[in-house]
Amino acid sequence: MSSDLSTQFIEQLEHCFDNKKAVKICGHGSKKFYGRQVDSSLETLDTKNHQGIISYQPTELVITAKSGTSISDIKTALDEKNQMLAFEPPQFNNQGSIGGMVACGLSGPSRPFAGSVRDAVLGVTCINGKAEKLVYGGQVMKNVAGYDISRLMTGSMGTLGLLLDVSIKVMPKPEHEITIVLEQNTEQALKTWHKLGNQALAISASCQLNEKLYIRLSGNNAAVKHAQSIIGGTEHEKGTQFWQQLRDHELAFFNDSRPLWRLSLAPATMILNLAGDTLTDWAGAQRWIKTDEPADIIRQLSESHGGHATLFNPIDNSIEPFHPLASGVASIHKQLKQAFDPVGILNPLRMTSNY
Amino acid sequence: MQQQPDTSGYHGDREALASALQSVLPKDAVLSQAETLKAYECDGLSAYRSTPYVVVLPETIEQVQQVLQICKRLKTPVVARGAGTGLSGGALPHKRGVLLSLAKFTRIIDVDKANRCASVEPGVRNLAISEAAKPYGLYYAPDPSSQIACSIGGNVAENSGGVHCLKYGLTVHNIQQIKMLTFDGELHTIGGSGLDAAGYDLLALMTGSEGLLGIIVEVTVKLLPRPDTVQVLLASFDDIADAGNSVANVIAEGIIPAGLELMDNAAIRAAEDFIHAGYPIDAAAVLICEIDGPYDDVNEQVKRVSKVLKSSGAKEIRVASDDAERQKMWAGRKAAFPAVGRISPDYYCMDGTIPRHQLAAVLTRITELSNEYGLRVVNVFHAGDGNLHPLILYDANIENELARTEELGEKILKACVDAGGTITGEHGVGVEKLNAMCLQFNSAELQQLHAVKYAFDPDGLLNPGKAVPSLHRCAEFGAMHVHHGEIAFPEIERF
Ligand SMILES: Cc1cc2nc3c(=O)[nH]c(=O)nc-3n(C[C@H](O)[C@H](O)[C@H](O)COP(=O)(O)OP(=O)(O)OC[C@H]3O[C@@H](n4cnc5c(N)ncnc54)[C@H](O)[C@@H]3O)c2cc1C
Repeated sequence: MSSDLSTQFIEQLEHCFDNKKAVKICGHGSKKFYGRQVDSSLETLDTKNHQGIISYQPTELVITAKSGTSISDIKTALDEKNQMLAFEPPQFNNQGSIGGMVACGLSGPSRPFAGSVRDAVLGVTCINGKAEKLVYGGQVMKNVAGYDISRLMTGSMGTLGLLLDVSIKVMPKPEHEITIVLEQNTEQALKTWHKLGNQALAISASCQLNEKLYIRLSGNNAAVKHAQSIIGGTEHEKGTQFWQQLRDHELAFFNDSRPLWRLSLAPATMILNLAGDTLTDWAGAQRWIKTDEPADIIRQLSESHGGHATLFNPIDNSIEPFHPLASGVASIHKQLKQAFDPVGILNPLRMTSNY
Repeated sequence: MQQQPDTSGYHGDREALASALQSVLPKDAVLSQAETLKAYECDGLSAYRSTPYVVVLPETIEQVQQVLQICKRLKTPVVARGAGTGLSGGALPHKRGVLLSLAKFTRIIDVDKANRCASVEPGVRNLAISEAAKPYGLYYAPDPSSQIACSIGGNVAENSGGVHCLKYGLTVHNIQQIKMLTFDGELHTIGGSGLDAAGYDLLALMTGSEGLLGIIVEVTVKLLPRPDTVQVLLASFDDIADAGNSVANVIAEGIIPAGLELMDNAAIRAAEDFIHAGYPIDAAAVLICEIDGPYDDVNEQVKRVSKVLKSSGAKEIRVASDDAERQKMWAGRKAAFPAVGRISPDYYCMDGTIPRHQLAAVLTRITELSNEYGLRVVNVFHAGDGNLHPLILYDANIENELARTEELGEKILKACVDAGGTITGEHGVGVEKLNAMCLQFNSAELQQLHAVKYAFDPDGLLNPGKAVPSLHRCAEFGAMHVHHGEIAFPEIERF
């Protein structure tokens, strides 16, 4: 069952452009909480029914689907051919559309080892704020014709264009996968990551939580055995479930009313001096911290380690969810927004209070 | 909103511009004498030449900032140049502009073992990064064949690839931060030390922007640990279509080799004559397949790949018995371009990329076109990525032959676009593929690209006229190329 609403969307956005009337774009709503909370009275542009896989050729390692297609439908199609979305997009509440996946740009536990959503995006068809339908990138692995608009769209939270369809690189599933657990605190884990990072091993995810270091090994039998013999540890019986729960924030750690911060930092950054609890993922490069510490402190600390901090569960706009940009970069952002959406009809104020 | 930039260049005389620039630069850093300018006339695409008005060779970011400020004040175009190995005329000078060479930015600022990254100045050679990282057991993965010469700044500006991109990705997948200057001289840090950054993905946007959006003055690249074991297979085929099809078959088996390169008979012969790599000169095509990883893993994969290649029609498969043989197998591939240079006075390298399953069909189409034009075409390319590099052999001294070569090239690119591919996989558009861009994009898409440029460079003076064709140019080009009875760019008035 597939349906195409492109024409309707173009008409709707033409109308919006002519009347300077903004819309909020919504896929499955699974990441509604993410980013700035927008004016609920805005008209909704709903992509849920713009769905269906347009093409999928396993030997090309690429799938193209309409933006409202659910991530689960994509995965079902890939499963049949023994392929996968290597960046493990989160499916909060077991939901999520492929358009929302690209617009939010969030990647799961495998990110440091298999790349991000943005790395896998090969092409998009979108409608800009002037109601023009535009195609960039394509279905091939390498393409440098024109600026990389497809990757610019990734993570832009629908503020530059409405995604109609996206082409995503997919990967063969590993033959074999196990999870091993070592009794290590964060400090020990950071040392372990440092040591392991300098060897080419079949690691596909690694995080530290509650005095335990979890490492997932993926590859053919020989590669997994090789890594296991070097790392040691004990095998986790419910490894697959553990990583899924981490990916979708279903672990007990995430069940908490405190502000949840996502810090993206230089991986070797030592333990941060912040009150609260930490789950260290991405072999050190992503830290989930539940803390009541002031935003300024968290952000300064993140910047001092070459990173940024996102308030992942904002309740209102009293704290900016996204890390403020340096003024020069912020003005380039503003000009880009102007270039794609001159009258500001696409998801206004979803990303920043500036537009 | 879009103003038509004044790209006609500096109006005053050469010496006036040189002396303005001299006021902010060291003594030997401004070139304006005809004989010194000559070395900068072209990049790796020597068919296009233009003498720059003035060349500057600054050494510090502050100096580049001052150069930009002067050029902004004098409304003078600026073209950045790394090592000048680009193959699309991206660094072709503006004849009334400043050619800004980054050749003196050769410092490796830092190799950070703990975070596995290195910060380097833009003029650092690609290979020099891996050499600097070697003592730590690390390397920088993207390896264009030009890696001994090309600069990392140029790599970022072109989003360069190499033979190992299939597994390890392109430049865009292997950098984490850049520092760049917009035309107003302001310094911006894009990206960061983590795996992502706040805001729009400007790092991706800058990668492949061909010097039109900003001047890259520092790059932080990711470093990878060296694999334990590397093995190379050389498979020969009697039929190039079988070789083409075997590429998709390997992928279908769930194997992503580190590299998968194809050479046709003409390329095999040229390389063999030059390097004596021991290639089978009677084969219609060879595939070179590299597998890397832990020892046992590599052995297992080599067996599986061999099986797939056999069943896809390979008549002989050689597995390198030691490191020396492995190097030799690669040497022929790596020297293929210069080897072709020995058999023809000139060659023209195309860069179209297509879906893998179209390889056999498009290679056949190229042979047809080659016969039609009476111009020889040699194929040696990144087959795993579907990235073709047809080399059209020609002689620039024969009247009209370059023009016919370019026409043939355009037809090849059209065949790539028609097969669901793109006009350029890694060499960029530059000046060379401006017409071909009109085949791939419509006017709204091109206008959006111009608007992106405007967002960074409202003066329109950074590498003007490159990478994205004007709508008028496409209208003129479209008038010559009416397909399916449809005029391209109907909204633009003809002249
Ligand atoms: C024999 C040969 C083999 C090649 N093989 C490959 C290959 O395998 N893969 C591949 O991808 N390419 C290949 N190339 C093409 C070329 O080497 C690459 O495009 C390379 O990245 C260009 O780097 P450069 O330093 O020479 O850049 P240049 O040619 O000097 O410049 C290229 C473009 O980048 C811009 N630029 C340069 N430096 C900067 C900067 N600091 N800031 C902003 N803009 C800048 C220039 O304005 C220009 O538009 C090959 C070329 C040759 C001659």
